[in-house]
Amino acid sequence: MANFLSLDLLIPALLETLIMVFLSTLVSVILGLPLGVLLLLTERGGIWEKPKINSVLGTIVNILRSFPFLILMIAIIPFTRLIVGTTTGTAAIIVPLSISAFPFVARVVESSLREVSSGLIEAAQSMGANTMQIITKVLIPEALPSIISGITLTIINLIGYSAMAGAIGAGGLGDLAMRYGYYRYELKIMILSVVVIILLVQIIQVIGNKISISINNKRK
Amino acid sequence: MIRAESLNKVFKIKDNSVDAVKDVNLNISNGEIFGIIGLSGAGKSTLVRLLNRLEEPSSGTIIIDGDNITSMNKVDLRNARKEIGMIFQHFNLLSSRTVAGNIAFPMEISNFDKKQIDNRIDELLDLVGLKDKKYAYPAQLSGGQKQRVAIARALANNPKILLCDEATSALDPKTTNSILNLLKDIRKNLGITIVLITHQMEVIREICDRVAIMENGSIIEEGRVEEVFSNPKTDIAKNFVFGIKPDLKSRMVFPKTPNSVVIKISYVGESSQKPVVSRLIKEYDIDVNIVSGDIDQLMSTSVGHLVIQMLGDDDNIAKAIDALKEQNISTEVIWNG
Repeated sequence: MANFLSLDLLIPALLETLIMVFLSTLVSVILGLPLGVLLLLTERGGIWEKPKINSVLGTIVNILRSFPFLILMIAIIPFTRLIVGTTTGTAAIIVPLSISAFPFVARVVESSLREVSSGLIEAAQSMGANTMQIITKVLIPEALPSIISGITLTIINLIGYSAMAGAIGAGGLGDLAMRYGYYRYELKIMILSVVVIILLVQIIQVIGNKISISINNKRK
Repeated sequence: MIRAESLNKVFKIKDNSVDAVKDVNLNISNGEIFGIIGLSGAGKSTLVRLLNRLEEPSSGTIIIDGDNITSMNKVDLRNARKEIGMIFQHFNLLSSRTVAGNIAFPMEISNFDKKQIDNRIDELLDLVGLKDKKYAYPAQLSGGQKQRVAIARALANNPKILLCDEATSALDPKTTNSILNLLKDIRKNLGITIVLITHQMEVIREICDRVAIMENGSIIEEGRVEEVFSNPKTDIAKNFVFGIKPDLKSRMVFPKTPNSVVIKISYVGESSQKPVVSRLIKEYDIDVNIVSGDIDQLMSTSVGHLVIQMLGDDDNIAKAIDALKEQNISTEVIWNG
């Protein structure tokens, strides 16, 4: 059975995918969360109104989001080398994955925070809260369920993108499907890889929903 | 306690500018409950927000407890705000925190230590009568309970002033009363100064010492509640005083007798104790049929509304209406047959 399922190939590939996706999610949240907060605060009428900064940040985010992932991955090869010292392998793919995902996270965070009622911000201001306290004690906790749904979306996008990582020899399930299934005509491996990817997406979506809903339910 | 001098707020919307607050002067004493009443759009909400600079004044000065609020930098302003509690129409509680967490919020901002916060939460919950809801989330509370939590939160830092922005407008009449009673108790026990804005006459009547009436950004009448109400000078003041009961017009039933006039008369103070109607009958030789009426107690004075149908000679009816006007009784012709 283990042999039939080619676990010796699938498990290492799955682990590679998990590492790629986990690390790039981490980096894109670390970059995207503050950026999303900044996008909201600096907009016209925001609590730290800086229209110029806002339009610069907005433009950068939009440009990065416009790149097709495959092109981005190749275009930033010099940058990747600068950061991780290599342009191939699992470590190298984390750079383009993070760069493609963090602007998305920023927009997701921005729109989640926008849902927080302005009355709450006003109440916090009336109590003498500073901007940092408003961010950490009001905006993010209030928007948390929606931010978590957004991060779930990001993880699923990253699973999809990581499948293209084979192109720079980064390994993972997508790479496995390409190498064995496409180049060597091993249909079984291709199908198995795809099934594992589907299961992974499914599991992550369910977990994401559960967390988001359970936070909401607690507050009901 | 609170002094505002020539306070102005101009909102610029594209090329238009709107004077939301125009040359307002206020002088509110320590421990007073001061009400500001006005129709929506009168600028009262902007005015109360100017007091803690949630809205930046366009010009003018605000002095609270000797400190010039208008000239403060951001840091000083934040510290000053910790001494000014505020409650809102829609409560503005954090859905992410329990009742206890919401009350803790202003104390966390003021860097109280954990133990102090815990003790104070229990004290405050006791004060607002919500001990059993300590670990509930706002979504599990009724409107009145939410406002109680908001009041507890606003009082957490022992402020000297409580600003109430339409605090009872989203509540039903019974709950409104219980919140007003709570505010009264708080003033009595803590000696706090309360500034409240409302469009509800009942709120002013129930708890305010003094009232200011606002229209188009200006204060058009101001004084002790019973003074303003027993002798309203401006139309808007009269509307508030006389409009204390819902308009009766829609549910009035009267015989549409030819040559009769149905009028609504409203009167305050002394006039309500005089035999107005019987005098009409005697002096002007008309018949009077009472359609509906009531007398309402407003602070120490009374407000009466009466809808009467007058039957008789046209001239006499006209004279009777003039006579009412002379007695400073407001009249409104509802039907003329």
